Amino acid sequence: MATTSIQVNETPLVLYLLRRADDALILGHRLSEWIGLGPILEEEMALGNIGLDLIGQARSLYAYAAEAEAAGNDEDTFAYLRDAPQYRNLLLAEQPNGDFGQTMVRQLFYSAFADPYWRAMTASGDATLAAVAAKSEKESAYHLRHSSEWVIRLGDGTQESHARVQEAVDVLWPYTGEMFECDAAERTLADGRTVIDPAPLRDAWDGTIGAVLSRATLTLPQNGWMQSGGRTGRHSEHLGHLLSTMQHVQRTYPGAAW
Amino acid sequence: MSDVKTPNTPLWEVFIRSRNGLAHKHVGSLHAADSTLALQAARDLYTRRGEGLSLWIVPSNAITASDPADKGMMFEPTVSKAYRHPTFYDVPDEVGHM
Repeated sequence: MATTSIQVNETPLVLYLLRRADDALILGHRLSEWIGLGPILEEEMALGNIGLDLIGQARSLYAYAAEAEAAGNDEDTFAYLRDAPQYRNLLLAEQPNGDFGQTMVRQLFYSAFADPYWRAMTASGDATLAAVAAKSEKESAYHLRHSSEWVIRLGDGTQESHARVQEAVDVLWPYTGEMFECDAAERTLADGRTVIDPAPLRDAWDGTIGAVLSRATLTLPQNGWMQSGGRTGRHSEHLGHLLSTMQHVQRTYPGAAW
Repeated sequence: MSDVKTPNTPLWEVFIRSRNGLAHKHVGSLHAADSTLALQAARDLYTRRGEGLSLWIVPSNAITASDPADKGMMFEPTVSKAYRHPTFYDVPDEVGHM
């Protein structure tokens, strides 16, 4: 690595913003990996659009984090000059694309959370966060609809598509618990009505996922042990590989612009 | 990968209404498995730059088209009937732009 990673002063607000921004950036980057590989042209555009929505959400949140931290960092340094242990995203977001079914299941799991989350966040006492939430809510609602329709068709499709998408549901299930965590740092913000506690969204998420999987003739996994750690920088091995691709240009040619 | 086939998805025609009061206008076509996915694909393909307020999706095979070979019979007889254009009327100045 030719560049030094930045250090971030993670006040509760900055940490919160990086967590949500990192979710959006990492999942958006994963979707961008489909460009040129989409199963059909129409779907390639859909994946690109969803990815761009998410990267747009990340930009707004990073910009606010930069303002809140006021230490000279900006969107680009947050994205390009932090190593994997400094990333605060959900483990779900960094999981590999797998096949198209796995990408859609990952999107469904995340969007079924993001949709009610951002809707609830429109009531945030923080005007900037409320504005980001208002934009993200509409985008997430569409992501949820799109991924739901695909999971239903793949699950209730051929024997092979059913088996593949059931496998994706089972593989990704242990990464879904992390979305509803609220640690002490986030609790202080929730107490001040800056953010909402995500835990109560669990029922809505269970309802959405249950209904989609049922229509898809898929089996809902048992809630067993859940993976955790992304929020504090303990990531799966996949994130480092993703970052080495995403950060390659800035790490190799610091400050490169075009 | 010799067994890769073109997906067996029907063709759909896409119509967008760009503003209230305007008619839906044909903008193109796409492939999709069913009308729900066709509507989503139309949104993703044809409305990325704020083009529309409303989308119509029509199965391409539901369209009955005129035969290009019938062009003479269908359309040429009107060419010589310029009197059908409303350009022979005097419009009073007070009407302004019509």
